[in-house]
Amino acid sequence: KNKGLQVLKANSGFSSGGSTLLGYIGIDTIIEQMRKKTMKTGFDFNIMVVGPSGLGKSTLVNTLFKSQVSRKSAGWARDEKIPKTVEIKSVSHVIEEGGVKMKLTIVDTPGFGDQINNDNCWEPISKYINEQFEKFLKEEVNITRKKRIPDTRVHCCLYFIPPTGHCLRQLDVEFMRRLSHSVNIIPVIAKSDTMTIEERQEFKQRVRKELENNGIEFYPQKEFDDDMEDKSDNDKIRETMPFAVVGSDKEHQVNGKRVLGRKTAWGIIEVENPNHCEFAQLRDFLIRSHLQDLKEVTHNIHYETYRAKRLNDNGGLHPISSNDTQEKNP
Amino acid sequence: MDQDKEYVGFATLPNQVHRKSVKKGFDFTLMVAGESGLGKSTLVNSLFLTDLYKDRKLLNAEERITQTVEITKHTVDIEEKGVKLKLTIVDTPGFGDAVNNTECWKSVADYIDQQFEQYFRDESGLNRKNIQDNRVHCCLYFISPFGHGLRPLDVEFMRALHEKVNIVPILAKADTLTPIEVKKKKFKIREEIEQYGIKIYQFPDCDSDEDEEFKQQDLELKESIPFAVIGSNTVVEAKGKRVRGRLYPWGIVEVENSTHCDFIKLRNMLVRTHMQDLKDVTRETHYENYRAQCIQSMTRMVVKERNRNKLTRESGTDFPIPMVPGVAESETEKLIREKDEEVRHADRAPDSVPDREHESHQSSEQQEPSDPRDDRER
Repeated sequence: KNKGLQVLKANSGFSSGGSTLLGYIGIDTIIEQMRKKTMKTGFDFNIMVVGPSGLGKSTLVNTLFKSQVSRKSAGWARDEKIPKTVEIKSVSHVIEEGGVKMKLTIVDTPGFGDQINNDNCWEPISKYINEQFEKFLKEEVNITRKKRIPDTRVHCCLYFIPPTGHCLRQLDVEFMRRLSHSVNIIPVIAKSDTMTIEERQEFKQRVRKELENNGIEFYPQKEFDDDMEDKSDNDKIRETMPFAVVGSDKEHQVNGKRVLGRKTAWGIIEVENPNHCEFAQLRDFLIRSHLQDLKEVTHNIHYETYRAKRLNDNGGLHPISSNDTQEKNP
Repeated sequence: MDQDKEYVGFATLPNQVHRKSVKKGFDFTLMVAGESGLGKSTLVNSLFLTDLYKDRKLLNAEERITQTVEITKHTVDIEEKGVKLKLTIVDTPGFGDAVNNTECWKSVADYIDQQFEQYFRDESGLNRKNIQDNRVHCCLYFISPFGHGLRPLDVEFMRALHEKVNIVPILAKADTLTPIEVKKKKFKIREEIEQYGIKIYQFPDCDSDEDEEFKQQDLELKESIPFAVIGSNTVVEAKGKRVRGRLYPWGIVEVENSTHCDFIKLRNMLVRTHMQDLKDVTRETHYENYRAQCIQSMTRMVVKERNRNKLTRESGTDFPIPMVPGVAESETEKLIREKDEEVRHADRAPDSVPDREHESHQSSEQQEPSDPRDDRER
């Protein structure tokens, strides 16, 4: 050791913010590294729309994503026959924004609630949701796993409530009660331009009360609030839900600007005007603030619940090795 | 961007992801390996501005003779600009210190495997809420500057571990070498690494759309292996500046001077540019290889048992939980299955001859599993 020379001891002790001399390690750059990775890989988002026909589901989805992404735009006729049983039809598009690529899948459920007898019309939907969980699970237990398992699980289910102004229908309660434990349900009041603001407020209150009385927890669920900050943000949202929306893919001139809206004899209903309807709030909530959280709750809660149940119902997992072809579920 | 009519808003997704990650914090496990006295502890402290080895007692030669290779863990929480990192340093005191160092890397390899195994169990379990990830993301291997390139121990260690962990070779105490000597030694070591088929951590290639400066940096990085480093826990005065360094009669070696050593390159690589990739490669390649091997050996065991049972009279009605190959099982399932096997063995008459016949049947029935590593891209 160099005993005779003058040296000064460096800062010892644990660093918080680095030592005062030459003190920057650079840990915060990991955020940037992660961001680069997310941008490169892109991500999947799967949204299901449920509700009787004619409630403007396709229009709303197109308005949300500002593109013709719904099934109806994919070339099927708008006035096709109502199917005899609930069908599941999904359409995928890759959309890009700000360097971020999203594979958006809209899962439509034509026939839901349209029959005379709608008993068990939620079953094909429940089955579809579980099938996506099963698909993911199979990939997870594979010996040779893909780097990125394709995610077809339903991250969000927009449930369309008809604007009756009275209360929830039996079908609404049944559906949400049965599905709220396997998928994130976001109820919306469709075609809300048929109600005045007061009627709307009262209707919403009644709907929330009824959901509470039936023990139905819609997204964002209280039990999954991470911390006080989350809780406070989410409480505000929960008190505004269900969002009363209006959808439109037509533009009109208002005050010199082109806006999306519906033109009536008594005025133009502007879709993105928060004084007219809550579309903008729904969009911000769904896409700009809670998109990632919807995926995480699906993955960490709903999927894990499914997985735990499958592991418990022992012997149900079929063998998959990289050599075998996939076996169909019995 | 809000003014843009076409703006939907999902471009905010990376921010949403980042917000959640910042809340959760990150973790990173770094292993340091190499003979004693190569400056490992000093380097770790220099890299992360910590003081992890404050109360360490240095053993003398006699005390070291009886010491076996230990594995020690130090964890420290570091926060910078709101980002929290839980850093774990895994050290291997005693490595290479004995007279006979045969297989002294075994406890290191076992440690790495144990972390994989624990993760595999947790991942296959029922409740996956709070899985602790203790897998080793990177191993800095210290090569002595006093040899002529790699020594036999260096080669054996790296070959034993290169498929379990990301190895980053370090040329230690580089201040004992002149720049020309450093260059020659690096070249020799790189040559030998290739010659002996050692697979060190590969920096991912640049995207074609990166700017020229980035590409240049990337190239320099790849050509700097092994990183010639100098570490220091002391601050010295140089030309009126205060720097981290080593004070010699003939001058001052500055740790953070890139003309003196590769410390900055190493730190930038480890923390500022490749930390995420090191974790990804650990997860997607090393861990997946381990897992695949694990499942396949479990499968072979099960197939063996099944075949043995098939050929006894008691089989047929009496199968245990239908354990199918290729499925990861939980603790309880495994225990139940093992218990069942025990019971079945106890029931059977102790007759060794039929067993041997069964053995020969088995080998023809077993399929040869394909090597997952062939399919795995890197």
